[in-house]
Amino acid sequence: MPISIPKQELMEPGHTACHGCGATLAMRYVLKALGTKTVVSVPASCWAVIPGAMPYRTLDVPMVYTPFAATGASISGLREALDIQGKEDYNVVGFAGDGGTADIGLQGLSGAMERGHNVFYIMYDNEGYMNTGVQRSGSTPYGAKTTTTPVGKERDFKRENKKVVADMMIAQNVPYVATATVAYPEDIIKKIERAREINGPKFIQILAPCPTGWYYPPEKTIEISRLAVQSRMFPLYEFVEGKFYLNKSFKQVDVTDYIKAQDRFRHLNDEEIEQLRRYIEERWNMLLEWEKLYR
Amino acid sequence: MKSMQDYRTIMTGNDAVAYGAKLARVKLISAYPITPQTTIVEKLASMIANDELDAKYVKVESEHSALATVVSSELAGVRSYTATSSHGLLYMHEMLHWASGQRLPIVMSVVNRAIGPPWNIWADQSDTMNQKDTGWMQVYCESNQEALDTIIMGYKIAENKDVLLPLMSMEDAFILSHTSEPVTIRDQESVNEYLPDLDLPFKINEEHPMGYGSYDTPDGSFMELKKDMVDSMQKAKRIIEDETRKFNEMFGTEYGGLIEKYRMEDADYAIIATGTIASTARYVVDILRKKGEKVGLIRIRYFRPFPYEEILSSLKYVKAAGVIDRSVSFSSGGPTYVEIVQGLYGKLNVPLSSFIAGIGGRDVRIQDIENIYEMLKSGNSGTYWINVKEVR
Repeated sequence: MPISIPKQELMEPGHTACHGCGATLAMRYVLKALGTKTVVSVPASCWAVIPGAMPYRTLDVPMVYTPFAATGASISGLREALDIQGKEDYNVVGFAGDGGTADIGLQGLSGAMERGHNVFYIMYDNEGYMNTGVQRSGSTPYGAKTTTTPVGKERDFKRENKKVVADMMIAQNVPYVATATVAYPEDIIKKIERAREINGPKFIQILAPCPTGWYYPPEKTIEISRLAVQSRMFPLYEFVEGKFYLNKSFKQVDVTDYIKAQDRFRHLNDEEIEQLRRYIEERWNMLLEWEKLYR
Repeated sequence: MKSMQDYRTIMTGNDAVAYGAKLARVKLISAYPITPQTTIVEKLASMIANDELDAKYVKVESEHSALATVVSSELAGVRSYTATSSHGLLYMHEMLHWASGQRLPIVMSVVNRAIGPPWNIWADQSDTMNQKDTGWMQVYCESNQEALDTIIMGYKIAENKDVLLPLMSMEDAFILSHTSEPVTIRDQESVNEYLPDLDLPFKINEEHPMGYGSYDTPDGSFMELKKDMVDSMQKAKRIIEDETRKFNEMFGTEYGGLIEKYRMEDADYAIIATGTIASTARYVVDILRKKGEKVGLIRIRYFRPFPYEEILSSLKYVKAAGVIDRSVSFSSGGPTYVEIVQGLYGKLNVPLSSFIAGIGGRDVRIQDIENIYEMLKSGNSGTYWINVKEVR
């Protein structure tokens, strides 16, 4: 298959992300797919820092910075104001981390999606508050150690399952919902191109592995994000105007292949790994049911 | 010159500010309903529904989102408006700083209402006094007409290139917001002449992509940008005076700029107040003057920028002054009192008293202001709560 990734680079060198940052790749691919007529709004997050201190900027598109809880509202205001001025051809993109999406920004996200603005909301999911030093978020998976769920004598790793925002967006009947990860850039681009056809809100949750917060060597980002899909820890799907498609076209691996590659899970014993397996199976079965339901 | 197309009718303060927003040709409104602001957003929604107002109204899920929406739309170059009150304003607090820090000339109406607990929906200026350090200009209106006109003047002042700071315009809950008075709806053509279209020196633009509000370091320009906001707030004083004068000439009004003085020429005693308490105080000044008492009133219109010089010069020859606040600054008297003390320090030795009145909508009666005058005359100074009951 010929490579379908656009050549145009809208991310310049010189950003300040950590080596191997998945969130940086996510932004790069999203902008390749959307082109120059794009306005990006970012809340407090790694991406509020990655472009560099003012007046420098890594991206060749206008960037609006906004407080942590405000992404949904910010893109609502940008979209309507651009439309008022006849700039309907601009893409408006909210680009927020999992904390700004699953936790503090959830109300604003839900409101924006409910009102039906023609916007993209990209959640780059690194499964924790990585910009502030690896604390637990609602999107952190079961079993992960973070600095607020540390593993000491008490073994206080995250005991709750991941809050999957994309699933919530399907429940809210958002016209386009998808999951993606940086291991499959062509998949990200295809999904954005498909989403672009829809006049309304679009939500894409991109798993963006974080070497700093997941404790793995930076060169493993692609490998780990691929394992996330193959182990079914992070299933890839698309929900397009009421129809649900689950991606099953990959070689399945055991969850241990995924978690053994990261130090954030190294403390888990067999019983706890078994619990993770059960969660994976239950969620996979639920997604299979959704496929039948939304046909 | 007063236009022939002005239309005089009777309306509430909230309807008046909705007409103010319409006349200012706002293109984007985003707001969340909260008592007693609700009738503003209802009026605007019905204006849009009836094709009287060509604007988009983004009906958000919270006040935080309302101001975040307005901040982003204004950044994109569209004149934007919102309205709120009390807890809604407190919920916006974070966004208030973003609006001023991003130098966006947004105008917002605030209906002054108490902050709980206990729940209380009545007039009290503690909500906006809590926001005095957010970089917004603040105007306290006395009448429904002033509430309408201040929206128009507000955009003109805020959008001045030497200012570029947001402005909040206040009405006392129910006393103005829900009370009908004769109001003149300004002629649209004259307003258009007074207030040109929004022309931001910077706005979102694909040809010239920039970052709006990106982070800055201790050695960057952060500190200078904050100082520039303070300098602009200072420059706003002259622009407020200029623009108020222009408005007066155009529409035949008689607004003061930062403050209004009433019978202060030969006054021995001065009462200082904001909003509708100033109306009652003006009436009391007339009563007392008839009795031969030499008393005057200073009404503060602009709390931000604060009119230190104007108040100082007004108090030069008085024997004592009393400041009435419809808000509390815990442990230091009323906020207006505190500001004036700061202005007088080292410059003028006038006994100044703080009077806390009308909290949570408690009536401020003629008798109360007469009592305040008696206390001023008796030579005491300090902080007094007016018309409080004994609590058992």
